[in-house]
Amino acid sequence: MSTMTAYEINGLVAEHDEEGYLKDIGQWTPELAELIAKSEQIDMTPDHWEVVNFLREYYEEYQIAPAVRILVKEMTKKFGKEKGDQKALYALFPYGPAKQACKIAGLPKPTGCV
Amino acid sequence: MSDENRKKFLYINRKAPYGTIYALESLEVVLIGAAFEQDVSLAFIDDGVYQLMANQDTAAVGMKNFSKTYRALGDYEVRKLYVEKESLAERGLTAENLMPIVYEDEDDDYAEKPSLIFVDRAEMAALIRSQDVILSF
Repeated sequence: MSTMTAYEINGLVAEHDEEGYLKDIGQWTPELAELIAKSEQIDMTPDHWEVVNFLREYYEEYQIAPAVRILVKEMTKKFGKEKGDQKALYALFPYGPAKQACKIAGLPKPTGCV
Repeated sequence: MSDENRKKFLYINRKAPYGTIYALESLEVVLIGAAFEQDVSLAFIDDGVYQLMANQDTAAVGMKNFSKTYRALGDYEVRKLYVEKESLAERGLTAENLMPIVYEDEDDDYAEKPSLIFVDRAEMAALIRSQDVILSF
Protein backbone atom coordinates (compact mmCIF):
# COMPACT_ATOMS: atom_id res chain seq x y z
CA MET A 1 0.00 0.00 0.00
CA SER A 2 1.43 3.33 -1.03
CA THR A 3 1.38 6.17 1.49
CA MET A 4 1.46 9.05 -1.00
CA THR A 5 -1.49 11.39 -1.13
CA ALA A 6 -0.78 12.81 -4.58
CA TYR A 7 0.27 11.49 -7.97
CA GLU A 8 3.24 13.30 -9.46
CA ILE A 9 4.03 13.30 -13.13
CA ASN A 10 5.89 15.76 -15.35
CA GLY A 11 5.75 18.43 -12.65
CA LEU A 12 2.01 17.92 -12.15
CA VAL A 13 0.89 17.16 -8.61
CA ALA A 14 -2.57 15.59 -8.56
CA GLU A 15 -4.04 14.97 -5.12
CA HIS A 16 -6.04 11.83 -4.47
CA ASP A 17 -8.09 10.42 -1.61
CA GLU A 18 -7.02 7.54 0.63
CA GLU A 19 -8.23 5.05 -1.97
CA GLY A 20 -6.44 6.67 -4.89
CA TYR A 21 -9.36 8.48 -6.55
CA LEU A 22 -8.41 11.86 -7.99
CA LYS A 23 -9.71 14.84 -6.02
CA ASP A 24 -9.91 17.06 -9.09
CA ILE A 25 -11.16 15.29 -12.19
CA GLY A 26 -9.92 18.29 -14.20
CA GLN A 27 -6.30 17.26 -13.58
CA TRP A 28 -6.67 14.00 -15.47
CA THR A 29 -4.42 13.31 -18.46
CA PRO A 30 -3.73 10.06 -20.33
CA GLU A 31 -0.21 10.08 -18.83
CA LEU A 32 -1.69 10.35 -15.35
CA ALA A 33 -4.00 7.43 -16.20
CA GLU A 34 -0.93 5.31 -17.03
CA LEU A 35 0.58 6.23 -13.68
CA ILE A 36 -2.59 5.43 -11.71
CA ALA A 37 -2.83 2.13 -13.61
CA LYS A 38 0.73 1.29 -12.61
CA SER A 39 -0.12 1.87 -8.95
CA GLU A 40 -2.96 -0.63 -9.48
CA GLN A 41 -0.53 -3.13 -11.10
CA ILE A 42 -2.24 -2.74 -14.45
CA ASP A 43 -0.45 -2.32 -17.77
CA MET A 44 -2.73 -0.33 -20.02
CA THR A 45 -3.59 -2.05 -23.32
CA PRO A 46 -5.99 -0.84 -26.04
CA ASP A 47 -8.70 -2.97 -24.37
CA HIS A 48 -8.14 -1.17 -21.07
CA TRP A 49 -8.28 2.19 -22.82
CA GLU A 50 -11.56 1.28 -24.49
CA VAL A 51 -13.17 0.83 -21.05
CA VAL A 52 -11.51 3.92 -19.54
CA ASN A 53 -12.52 6.10 -22.48
CA PHE A 54 -16.05 4.71 -22.38
CA LEU A 55 -16.33 5.56 -18.67
CA ARG A 56 -15.11 9.10 -19.28
CA GLU A 57 -17.68 9.58 -22.05
CA TYR A 58 -20.44 8.19 -19.83
CA TYR A 59 -19.42 10.55 -17.02
CA GLU A 60 -19.31 13.51 -19.38
CA GLU A 61 -22.84 12.75 -20.52
CA TYR A 62 -24.48 11.76 -17.21
CA GLN A 63 -22.18 13.08 -14.44
CA ILE A 64 -21.97 9.64 -12.83
CA ALA A 65 -19.82 6.56 -13.14
CA PRO A 66 -22.07 3.64 -14.08
CA ALA A 67 -22.57 0.55 -11.90
CA VAL A 68 -20.87 -2.59 -13.24
CA ARG A 69 -24.04 -4.11 -14.66
CA ILE A 70 -24.79 -0.87 -16.51
CA LEU A 71 -21.22 -0.80 -17.82
CA VAL A 72 -21.64 -4.36 -19.12
CA LYS A 73 -24.97 -3.53 -20.75
CA GLU A 74 -23.74 -0.34 -22.38
CA MET A 75 -20.42 -1.85 -23.54
CA THR A 76 -22.39 -4.68 -25.15
CA LYS A 77 -24.56 -2.17 -26.95
CA LYS A 78 -21.55 -0.21 -28.20
CA PHE A 79 -18.84 -2.81 -28.81
CA GLY A 80 -20.68 -6.13 -28.94
CA LYS A 81 -21.06 -9.10 -26.62
CA GLU A 82 -17.34 -9.96 -26.53
CA LYS A 83 -16.44 -6.60 -24.93
CA GLY A 84 -19.59 -6.22 -22.87
CA ASP A 85 -18.80 -9.25 -20.83
CA GLN A 86 -18.40 -9.18 -17.07
CA LYS A 87 -15.69 -11.84 -17.08
CA ALA A 88 -13.68 -10.04 -19.76
CA LEU A 89 -13.99 -6.78 -17.83
CA TYR A 90 -12.80 -8.43 -14.61
CA ALA A 91 -9.88 -9.94 -16.53
CA LEU A 92 -8.83 -6.40 -17.48
CA PHE A 93 -9.56 -4.90 -14.05
CA PRO A 94 -9.27 -7.67 -11.43
CA TYR A 95 -10.42 -5.52 -8.49
CA GLY A 96 -13.61 -4.56 -10.24
CA PRO A 97 -14.07 -2.84 -13.60
CA ALA A 98 -16.16 0.05 -12.31
CA LYS A 99 -14.02 0.63 -9.26
CA GLN A 100 -10.55 0.22 -10.76
CA ALA A 101 -11.26 1.55 -14.23
CA CYS A 102 -13.01 4.59 -12.76
CA LYS A 103 -9.96 5.35 -10.66
CA ILE A 104 -7.74 5.18 -13.74
CA ALA A 105 -10.25 7.31 -15.65
CA GLY A 106 -9.99 9.99 -12.96
CA LEU A 107 -13.67 9.63 -12.00
CA PRO A 108 -15.16 9.52 -8.51
CA LYS A 109 -15.88 6.15 -6.96
CA PRO A 110 -19.10 4.79 -8.49
CA THR A 111 -22.26 5.49 -6.50
CA GLY A 112 -23.17 2.51 -4.37
CA CYS A 113 -19.77 0.93 -4.76
CA VAL A 114 -18.36 -0.05 -1.34
CA MET B 1 -36.72 -11.72 -9.97
CA SER B 2 -40.05 -13.41 -9.26
CA ASP B 3 -43.06 -11.14 -9.11
CA GLU B 4 -43.93 -11.94 -5.51
CA ASN B 5 -40.62 -10.47 -4.36
CA ARG B 6 -40.99 -7.41 -6.52
CA LYS B 7 -42.40 -4.42 -4.70
CA LYS B 8 -43.67 -1.09 -5.94
CA PHE B 9 -41.24 1.58 -4.73
CA LEU B 10 -42.06 5.26 -5.00
CA TYR B 11 -39.49 7.96 -4.33
CA ILE B 12 -41.22 11.28 -3.66
CA ASN B 13 -39.18 14.41 -4.42
CA ARG B 14 -40.54 17.66 -2.99
CA LYS B 15 -37.54 19.96 -2.73
CA ALA B 16 -35.62 22.21 -5.10
CA PRO B 17 -32.33 20.67 -6.26
CA TYR B 18 -29.55 22.78 -4.75
CA GLY B 19 -30.76 24.51 -1.56
CA THR B 20 -30.59 21.27 0.40
CA ILE B 21 -28.99 17.87 -0.10
CA TYR B 22 -32.36 16.04 -0.43
CA ALA B 23 -32.54 15.92 -4.23
CA LEU B 24 -29.03 14.55 -4.71
CA GLU B 25 -29.44 12.08 -1.85
CA SER B 26 -32.71 10.86 -3.34
CA LEU B 27 -31.10 10.40 -6.74
CA GLU B 28 -28.22 8.43 -5.24
CA VAL B 29 -30.57 6.18 -3.27
CA VAL B 30 -32.56 5.55 -6.46
CA LEU B 31 -29.38 4.59 -8.36
CA ILE B 32 -28.18 2.29 -5.58
CA GLY B 33 -31.65 0.83 -5.03
CA ALA B 34 -31.95 0.07 -8.75
CA ALA B 35 -29.68 -2.94 -8.20
CA PHE B 36 -32.53 -4.65 -6.33
CA GLU B 37 -34.71 -4.82 -9.44
CA GLN B 38 -37.89 -3.50 -7.87
CA ASP B 39 -40.76 -1.74 -9.64
CA VAL B 40 -39.51 1.82 -9.17
CA SER B 41 -41.32 5.10 -9.79
CA LEU B 42 -40.29 8.65 -8.99
CA ALA B 43 -42.70 11.45 -8.16
CA PHE B 44 -41.93 15.15 -8.48
CA ILE B 45 -44.22 17.35 -6.42
CA ASP B 46 -44.10 20.95 -5.10
CA ASP B 47 -40.58 22.44 -5.49
CA GLY B 48 -39.40 18.96 -6.51
CA VAL B 49 -40.39 19.80 -10.09
CA TYR B 50 -37.44 22.21 -10.20
CA GLN B 51 -35.13 19.16 -10.14
CA LEU B 52 -36.15 18.45 -13.73
CA MET B 53 -35.67 21.96 -15.12
CA ALA B 54 -33.83 22.20 -18.43
CA ASN B 55 -30.56 24.17 -18.77
CA GLN B 56 -29.52 24.09 -15.13
CA ASP B 57 -26.33 26.01 -14.41
CA THR B 58 -24.75 25.52 -10.98
CA ALA B 59 -21.55 27.50 -11.53
CA ALA B 60 -22.67 30.34 -9.25
CA VAL B 61 -23.54 28.05 -6.32
CA GLY B 62 -20.38 25.97 -6.69
CA MET B 63 -22.21 22.64 -6.71
CA LYS B 64 -22.03 19.79 -9.18
CA ASN B 65 -24.77 20.01 -11.79
CA PHE B 66 -26.31 16.57 -11.29
CA SER B 67 -29.31 17.25 -13.50
CA LYS B 68 -27.72 15.25 -16.32
CA THR B 69 -27.85 12.19 -14.11
CA TYR B 70 -31.66 11.99 -14.36
CA ARG B 71 -31.12 11.07 -18.00
CA ALA B 72 -29.13 7.99 -16.94
CA LEU B 73 -32.08 6.58 -14.96
CA GLY B 74 -33.39 4.79 -18.05
CA ASP B 75 -30.20 2.68 -18.15
CA TYR B 76 -30.98 1.69 -14.56
CA GLU B 77 -34.52 0.57 -15.53
CA VAL B 78 -36.04 3.55 -13.73
CA ARG B 79 -38.44 4.73 -16.38
CA LYS B 80 -41.50 6.19 -14.66
CA LEU B 81 -40.97 9.76 -13.55
CA TYR B 82 -44.34 11.23 -12.53
CA VAL B 83 -44.61 15.01 -12.52
CA GLU B 84 -47.57 16.72 -10.88
CA LYS B 85 -49.22 19.18 -13.27
CA GLU B 86 -50.54 21.46 -10.51
CA SER B 87 -47.05 21.85 -9.02
CA LEU B 88 -45.75 22.96 -12.41
CA ALA B 89 -48.63 25.39 -12.97
CA GLU B 90 -48.31 26.92 -9.48
CA ARG B 91 -44.71 27.80 -10.37
CA GLY B 92 -45.54 29.19 -13.77
CA LEU B 93 -43.93 26.20 -15.49
CA THR B 94 -44.98 23.88 -18.27
CA ALA B 95 -43.63 20.60 -19.60
CA GLU B 96 -41.61 22.68 -22.07
CA ASN B 97 -39.43 24.00 -19.24
CA LEU B 98 -38.28 20.50 -18.25
CA MET B 99 -35.44 18.40 -19.63
CA PRO B 100 -36.47 15.73 -22.09
CA ILE B 101 -35.82 12.43 -20.33
CA VAL B 102 -36.10 9.24 -22.36
CA TYR B 103 -35.24 5.58 -22.06
CA GLU B 104 -34.34 3.00 -24.69
CA ASP B 105 -36.88 0.20 -24.99
CA GLU B 106 -34.89 -3.04 -25.47
CA ASP B 107 -38.06 -4.83 -26.54
CA ASP B 108 -38.77 -2.30 -29.28
CA ASP B 109 -35.43 -2.12 -31.14
CA TYR B 110 -34.04 0.39 -28.61
CA ALA B 111 -36.62 3.01 -29.56
CA GLU B 112 -36.37 6.09 -27.36
CA LYS B 113 -39.48 6.63 -25.26
CA PRO B 114 -40.32 9.39 -22.79
CA SER B 115 -39.85 8.68 -19.07
CA LEU B 116 -41.72 11.78 -17.89
CA ILE B 117 -45.40 11.18 -17.14
CA PHE B 118 -47.56 14.19 -16.33
CA VAL B 119 -50.39 13.55 -13.88
CA ASP B 120 -52.84 15.70 -11.96
CA ARG B 121 -53.12 15.81 -8.18
CA ALA B 122 -55.85 13.16 -8.00
CA GLU B 123 -53.87 10.79 -10.20
CA MET B 124 -50.78 11.41 -8.06
CA ALA B 125 -52.77 10.57 -4.92
CA ALA B 126 -53.94 7.32 -6.51
CA LEU B 127 -50.37 6.50 -7.55
CA ILE B 128 -49.14 7.03 -3.99
CA ARG B 129 -51.93 4.82 -2.61
CA SER B 130 -50.97 1.99 -4.97
CA GLN B 131 -47.37 1.68 -3.73
CA ASP B 132 -45.84 -0.88 -1.36
CA VAL B 133 -42.93 1.28 -0.23
CA ILE B 134 -42.72 5.08 -0.19
CA LEU B 135 -39.54 7.05 0.41
CA SER B 136 -39.98 10.78 0.79
CA PHE B 137 -37.25 13.33 0.19
